[in-house]
Order: sequence, then structure tokens, then C-alpha cells
Amino acid sequence: MTPLLQVRDISKHYGARIGCTDVGFDLYPGEVMGIVGESGSGKSTLLNCLAGHLPPDRGEVIFDTRADGPVDTVTMSEPARRMLARTDWAFVHQHARDGLRMTVSAGGNIGERLMAVGTRHYGDIRSRATDWLERVEIDENRIDDRPSAFSGGMQQRLQIARNLVTGPRLVFMDEPTGGLDVSVQARLLDLVRGLVREMGLSALIVTHDLAVVRLLADRLMVMKDGHVVEAGLTDQVLDDPQHGYTQLLVSSVLQV
Amino acid sequence: MAMIELNGVAKTFVLHNQGGAVIEVMRDAEFSVAPGECVALSGASGAGKSTLMRMIYGNYLASAGQIRVAGVDLVQAEPREILALRRETLGYVSQFLRVVPRVPTLQVVAEPLLTLGVDAETAQVRAADLLRRLRIPEPLWGLSPTTFSGGEQQRVNIARGFAHDYPALLLDEPTASLDAKNRRTVLDLILDAKARGAAIVGIFHDAKARAEVCDREIDVSEFAPRGAA
Amino acid sequence: MNEYNFAYLDEQTKRMIRRAILKGLAIPGYQVPFASREMPMPYGWGTGGVQVSAATLTPDDTLKVIDQGADDTTNAVSIRKFFERTAGIETTEETEKATVIQTRHRIPEQKLREDQILVYQVPIPEPLRFLEPRETETRKMHSLEEYGLMHVKLYEDISQHGQIATSYAYPVRVSERYVMDPSPIPKFDNPKLEMDAIQLFGAGREQRIYAVPPHTKLVSLDFEDYPFEASKADHACDLCGAQDSYLDELITDDQGGRMFVCSDTDYCRCRREAGHIGRLGVPAQ
Repeated sequence: MTPLLQVRDISKHYGARIGCTDVGFDLYPGEVMGIVGESGSGKSTLLNCLAGHLPPDRGEVIFDTRADGPVDTVTMSEPARRMLARTDWAFVHQHARDGLRMTVSAGGNIGERLMAVGTRHYGDIRSRATDWLERVEIDENRIDDRPSAFSGGMQQRLQIARNLVTGPRLVFMDEPTGGLDVSVQARLLDLVRGLVREMGLSALIVTHDLAVVRLLADRLMVMKDGHVVEAGLTDQVLDDPQHGYTQLLVSSVLQV
Repeated sequence: MAMIELNGVAKTFVLHNQGGAVIEVMRDAEFSVAPGECVALSGASGAGKSTLMRMIYGNYLASAGQIRVAGVDLVQAEPREILALRRETLGYVSQFLRVVPRVPTLQVVAEPLLTLGVDAETAQVRAADLLRRLRIPEPLWGLSPTTFSGGEQQRVNIARGFAHDYPALLLDEPTASLDAKNRRTVLDLILDAKARGAAIVGIFHDAKARAEVCDREIDVSEFAPRGAA
Repeated sequence: MNEYNFAYLDEQTKRMIRRAILKGLAIPGYQVPFASREMPMPYGWGTGGVQVSAATLTPDDTLKVIDQGADDTTNAVSIRKFFERTAGIETTEETEKATVIQTRHRIPEQKLREDQILVYQVPIPEPLRFLEPRETETRKMHSLEEYGLMHVKLYEDISQHGQIATSYAYPVRVSERYVMDPSPIPKFDNPKLEMDAIQLFGAGREQRIYAVPPHTKLVSLDFEDYPFEASKADHACDLCGAQDSYLDELITDDQGGRMFVCSDTDYCRCRREAGHIGRLGVPAQ
């Protein structure tokens, strides 16, 4: 089976400082990979390099496109990469306002990607938007409301709906539950799990929260100072950590 | 052909943050389990029964050796091969119930089937069936199991473990904290699994239960490093 | 004696503007930046249109200037006199006789010919401006043909007003490529954008020129289930009786009395001279 994403030797430096270095892995369809680390570990830099937001200094990010098979997205033309970002890829930001148009209604937000790829039937767009609001458990009567009138959890769910409406195969998530109330996090995590399973999504999730990663991710990479220090199955890395830093991280988690 | 096969399996823990302490737990572990067989792991507390079981599941990394389940060597396998194995072939019921908070019990039990692509309705019917057998009252099915008693949680755990007919099953203290009636039900579930050809490895503190369902015993302390107490 | 260079602008400037015009004609609907000059009228008063006309006029041309369809408003009169003074060319109020027509916010009702040029005055050339304030982003959107946002605006209209509420400056897609703002003409005029004449658009303050060559296909943006409608007031002209021209609504007294008249004054006059009389019209002298 062809991996959905093949990452080779990704490095990004900020002058003499290491952002991330020598990162490589394969991600297969349906797999969720967590990337954990503390502040400054390089996990956000890595995610942004993989998602095409930041050009890496070195390395390849080879995505198995529908039309042309495996293509290195780092050297892809900008129009092609932007098209990919609107169709086959999705990016869920930590702060919903970075991933939504706050002055456009919920329906317009969800419909935008559809309209960007040529959907021209208002009724269709509206019914698909309604459908997605239901799937992310937002009352469909709020379809014409602006996101500024939504709670944080609702905004995040709207962001997810907006991203998933075109049926992407790869989702990047940057601290998807950060900043949300604990009670809201739980439902969001389960929603994401359900969608990942239903849609056969692959996902790359950056977080500092080990509990999130245990619930959402099949595989895990632990980063420290720009390096990947350990990688493997999530439950194995968390229950039987081999690297000293991972052992420290796991033992530091507060118990409730 | 054996469903579960261990050869030369060893495990050592290195605690980097505690002065680099090296703890060798076992070496040269070797046994196999055929389809339809149930093998009990026995030995004193701390001898490594759970550790060995976790290694068979791929939850702990073996330091050496081969662990083959349905022909796949977990020690060498790619993560996605192990994930596929756990989805379709290898089930594990641990001692503790670990769930996503606020997910209803019915959903929790149905999950292994949903992951396999079974439609929601069929999965829920099967889940309901198991919950009924294990005497979890129906009003509780819509609630999250995190607020249940220890025994109830254990029964939900078991229901989830038996939702799918795994060809290989690992059971860690499945009858602990259960009353006589429920213990009987669980033993019946295990016997049913055996009858359909599942290879089972179990840890049972209850000697009677062990005697009833297991075909043989493997004393894990045989694999202890030489010279250990 | 005329102390200005022909049509006010120096030859180098006219050359620069013509280059921009040629580029605009070669890429229909694409906004070409140009070095807009200081004109003897402030920004917002048609400097873009005037510069394009100045660069286009030759001594043999006949110029017509209209403002909201009328030849006799202050601005139309001023601009016409400006060119009479600086270019010494013939001017006219008759659409039929003009070779260059400068217009603010209307397209003449009369069908234009291949030998005519229509010059539009444009306030804001960027159709996406109010959705996306960043020029860097809108340029990217045009170059990458990312026009989803344009339809989001129309979607929002329908969800809020039950229909597409945009009634003027209605965006069009030119030659299946660029989305263009046709200047604040009423949407009633959009179908006329497919014409035999050359259309040039000048925005002086924003420093952009764009163009649509003759016979170019344009599509007004819409949804399949909410198609574009070129709508106008449901009346006939009270002076000439025309059913198919765009109408101005005039309040005639302070009891709510009103009348509707053709916004295109020349068109109305022609009809009256040909004998058509409306409800409140008088026969032509």
C-alpha cells in the first residue's frame, strides 16, 4: 500500500536555532499521528512545514495525490498547493478565528470550500451546510448566524465542519482542544474520532496534552529541541517509554 | 499452526530518570497457543504476567525475541501492521477500563465493530446483547461508564473485548471484582470463544476459574533472569 | 489658441496609458496598474475616465459625455467643455454621432457600433475589495482564479435577503477568466456589456485600467437556482413610453407625486422625436 504521506529529512532552522531537524516518517490512510512535545520542541514548526505554511530548508513531503500519484508538495507550484489545501487537505487551527471568516455566516463558512471548487447551486450548498452542522452537533437553526455569536467549542466545531466538507484525506490539527473548557474537549475529541473513522481520514495532530494524544492518535512522535526522540504506537510510547525524555514527560502528567 | 507464538522473548526496563536503573524482568520466554486453546499465565505477583501479556499486545516493546500472532511478528512489524492486527485479530481486555469521557456505554462497547466498518445499527445490537448478558441495566447504556462501580466498569470492559470475534484474545484478570453470577457469564463467554477457535491467553487469580477454562498453565517465573530472587 | 497639448496630457503620458489599455485589451478584465496623473479635477470626479479618454481621442473624434445617462448634468457638461477646450474636437449629445463616449455609471440604451469606444469612470476597480481588504490577497486570488469568496458574498445575500441584493456594480466573469467590477452601472445594464464597441475602464484614484474587447463573452455571477436577472422599475417612461429602458424616478411634488423617465436622455429624446409619447409626455417640437 502506498503511504498517503511520506516525509523525508525535513529540517527548518531559524538562523542558528533549530526549528526542527531530520524528521522522517510515513503516514498511511486512516492513521492518526500525534506529535507531542513541550513549548519550543519544534512541533508547530514541523506541522507548518508539512502543511505548506512554512518552507522547510531541506526535505520532502510527498503526498499521494488523486490525480498524479505521489508528488512532493514542497516543490509544488503555489496554485497547486493552494488547491490541495482547499480540497484534499484540511488545517484546523488552535484558535477558531484563524480558521474561520468571522464576518460570514456559519453556512457561508462551510459553503466557501464548496463554492471555491465550483459548486453553483445555492440550495445544494445550503443543504450540505445544514448536514454538516448536524454532524458537528451545532443546531441547524444557527446556519445564518455569524461565528462571533458562537461559543469557543462551537467555533471549533464549525472550523472542523468547514474543513471537512470537501472530504479531505489528510487533516492537520494544531492543538485542536487547546483553550477549550475541559467538558467541551471531551465531546470534541469524540467527534473528531468519529469523523476520522467514518471518513477514513488520516490526521497529524500537534498537542502538548498527552491525554488528547492517547485518545485520538494511533501513533506518536515525541519531540524535544527540534528532534524526534521517540516514535511508535501511542499506547506503547506512553506505557513503555524508552527514551529518557519521554519517560520524564509521561511521569510528569498530573493525575486527576 | 499456532495462533500465538513466542520465541526467545526478553524484557528489560531502563529507567533513565532514576539513575539509569536497569531492571531485567524476563528472558528466553517461549510458548505457543493453538486455535481453540486457552493458556493461563501464572506466577507470583510481580513475576511479569501482565508485562508478558502487554508485550504480546504490542503495548510493551520486547527487548529481544519474536512474538508471532497469526504469523505477524510484533517485534519487527510496522505500526500499521500492529494496528491492523489489533483491529481484526488480536483482542485485549486489560484490568482497567479506559474510555473517552462522556461517551455512552453502548457506544463504548460497539466501538470495536464500528472500527471494523460494521454499520452502526448492527454494532449497537451486538453491544446491547453483550451488555444484557453481563447484566448491565439498560438505563445505564446511555451513560458514560466512568461513573460506574468497579465491577460494572469491568463488565463493560469485557463486553467491549468480546464485541468482535477475535481469533486471538488476551484477558487480564477477567473475573476479578465480579460476583458469582457474572463470573459464570464471563467464563461462558470464554468457553464460547474457545469453541469457535479463538486462541486465548489469560491471567486468572481465581484458581477454580483457571481450572475450568484453561487447558494448561505457564509459570512466568520460569522466564525470570537467573539469579533473581 | 489652445495652450494645452492635445487633450491636456503630454504625449509620453498618453503613450503610457495606451500601453496599459493595450495590455488590458489583451487580458480582458485584468486590472492593469498605471501611473495616474494629477488632473484638474479632484479624485472621485472621473479622473480615470478622463485620462483614458484623453489618451484615446484623435482630432477626428466626436465625443459624448454622460453622467447617469444624462448629457446635461454639471459633471457631464464640465468634462465635455474640458475636452472642447483642450482637444478642440467635435462634441455631441447624440449617441448615434459619437465615436468616443465617456460615461459615469450607465451604458447607453442604443446599441453601440464597432467603430465606437465606451470609456467608463470607475471608483473602486477591485470586485473583491469589500470582502478582502488586502490588496496582496486579492491579487493572488485573481492570479490563481480563486473566486470562491465572490460566491460567498452572493450566498450571504440570498441567506439574508432571500435574493441576491446587489443591484449595481454587479460582478461579471470575463472570458471565463477574470472577475471584474463593471463600475457602478445598474445590473440592468450588465447584458449590454456584450457589445460590438470597445469598452475601456479607468480608475484614477486607484490607478487601474482594464478593458473588454468587442464581442467578448461575459457572465454575471449567480447561482443555478438563483439566476441573474437584469431588473428595472416596473414602469414605462412617462415622457416617451419606452418599456425597455432604465428609468430614473423623479419626485415631482411634496405630496408623493412621482414620475419615471428614461435615464438615457438622448434615447428618450430620439424616441419622442420619432413620435412616441408617454403618459406625461408632450409631442416633440
